[in-house]
Amino acid sequence: MMEHNENTAVQEVALSAFDYKMENDQAIEPRDEMPEGYRKHLIRQMSQHAHSEVIGMQPEGNWITRAPSLRAKQILLAKIQDECGHGLYLYSAAETLGISRSEMIAQLHSGKAKYSSVFNYPTLNWADVGAIGWLVDGAAIVNQVSLQRTSYGPYSRAMVRICKEESFHQRQGYEIMANMMRGTADQREMAQDAMNRWWWPSLMMFGPHDSSSPHTGDAFKWKIKRQSNDELRAKFIDKTVQQAEVIGLTIPDPELKWNEEKGHYDHGPINWAEFQRVIGGHGPCNTQRIAHHKKTHENGAWVRAAAAAYSAKQKSIA
Amino acid sequence: MTKEQALYNYCVRLGDNALVQSYRLSEWCSNAPILEEDLALTNMALDMTGRAQLLLQYAGKVAGHGKTADDMAYRRAEREYRNDLISELPDADFAFTMVRQMLVSTFECFLYAALVSSSDKEIAAIAAKAVKEARYHMAHTSEWVIRLGDGTEESNRRAQSALNILWSYTGGLFETTDADALLLSEGMAADVSQIKTKWQENIEAILREAKLILPADDYQQTGGRQGLHTEYLGHMLTEMQYLHRTYPEAIW
Amino acid sequence: MTNEVDFPSWEVFTQVKPGANYVHAGAIHAADKKMALQNARDTYTRRGEGTSIWVVPSESIVASNPGDKEMLFDPSNDKIYRLPTFYTMPEGAKAI
Repeated sequence: MMEHNENTAVQEVALSAFDYKMENDQAIEPRDEMPEGYRKHLIRQMSQHAHSEVIGMQPEGNWITRAPSLRAKQILLAKIQDECGHGLYLYSAAETLGISRSEMIAQLHSGKAKYSSVFNYPTLNWADVGAIGWLVDGAAIVNQVSLQRTSYGPYSRAMVRICKEESFHQRQGYEIMANMMRGTADQREMAQDAMNRWWWPSLMMFGPHDSSSPHTGDAFKWKIKRQSNDELRAKFIDKTVQQAEVIGLTIPDPELKWNEEKGHYDHGPINWAEFQRVIGGHGPCNTQRIAHHKKTHENGAWVRAAAAAYSAKQKSIA
Repeated sequence: MTKEQALYNYCVRLGDNALVQSYRLSEWCSNAPILEEDLALTNMALDMTGRAQLLLQYAGKVAGHGKTADDMAYRRAEREYRNDLISELPDADFAFTMVRQMLVSTFECFLYAALVSSSDKEIAAIAAKAVKEARYHMAHTSEWVIRLGDGTEESNRRAQSALNILWSYTGGLFETTDADALLLSEGMAADVSQIKTKWQENIEAILREAKLILPADDYQQTGGRQGLHTEYLGHMLTEMQYLHRTYPEAIW
Repeated sequence: MTNEVDFPSWEVFTQVKPGANYVHAGAIHAADKKMALQNARDTYTRRGEGTSIWVVPSESIVASNPGDKEMLFDPSNDKIYRLPTFYTMPEGAKAI
């Protein structure tokens, strides 16, 4: 009885330390006491983020062997390699919360953990590589810059490193688009085709409107998320419209127009039915993406087993 | 054959080897057994792509025909490629890739170490960069070959069967032509006959530690120097050159 | 498959230039020491960010308890005589 009371007291002190840190914008570190809901929320968000980086390697990886110049191949390889590294940083950061990488991967395979739905769309021509860098990474960066100030220390530190490294991703994508718009009629057609297919999925990356995803959720209370979906989406649209104009691409939204009063662009309705359908598993590439990840993981099992066995033998010798 | 023609052929051979290795290594991107190894394989692929760029660009310069590295990579047919057959074989599994890269990178360590003192300044400069890369590739892949060879029964079996296939293509690394003799007399090329013994000693030491057995069959399949390739190269080039062949007017 | 055990985790410290402090870069997984060094190199020094690397098994890191923060660190706050600015130097004295 006595013991139980003491534990409760310790728990209360610890939790108020958490609240104190929250109020004073101090980062939470792995050994700090934290509410179970906070820990769970972070694991969900960080593992989803890590899975997105890793699954996101596939649509771009689709063009590695077909990259049209040695320079393009180097850039694309370096970029996809970054995504891999970023997945790795995020898995490592999530591991500090007491979940293992293999548990997270198992959750991805079982469907319990999600990844960004935008990667369920296919890359059908070379300009798609440009569109992913420019639009998809452009949208991701808006979100990631905001996450550098997230309250969990390891997550925030990973995001700082990731943002620093990603700064070339968007530029290389935009360069591909710009080069193609300066090129032959075929190239311009490919670029516009990619623009048409990637614009709306990029807007969907920010998630549902604030009206249906309120500001008041746990993610805000715990300072994991610092800006709302619509705020971030508006930021992305505002900067991208101008970039499209400069290279002569048309944004596939007839209702897009500058709203002087709001200081942002107004855009046409986002197809949330499509968004929900793709998240729910019925997108063009959902099955393919997970099947690829599972196959890779399974094909690697004997390699991992070999390295573990070798390491065990070395230890038993020593 | 003039000295320029010989040098051109030499650069194309080295450049094609780098290009074809880069292609095979880059196929591992998003397919590796762990994320960390995905990064490692991509790093090696990037080293090779950069090396191909330098060597093919220099080949174009030596030939004086105004062709860029991209022209060389994307606008030649398979009979014009001069890479070693061992580099174009498709990767059966991770063991195949590691054993192949260990065999080739060990060779390249000696090759580029010798080329650092080439009388051709450009070759020497490229070699100075390449030898550092090759040393890391050799360290990384030989350690993996040892882990796989001395890991589990399955990994040993896979590594051994990779070695059995690959061994008959290692002879191609040491194949020489008249052009080599000409360049050797000028102090421009590396003497592969001098490399062979050191290479074999190194490989045998790695294989011993990896508990792998050197194949008894000594047959060697060669032909890369004459552009006589395996059937696999054509498919690689078909994929690699797809955009250039479909849109010949486009600049990317 | 789901109960597969990951390779051990290692903390990575990189030295940006010779003589500088080793700074924590992040973590990687590896089955052995050699693999740990190479994985750290391939993951955390891709942009010319290293001249040297340390890897340490994550389980070997001993971290102080956040609850002990006041006990451990507050007592040093008032020991300002450890700082050079605490001392008054006679006017005109040079190179001190």
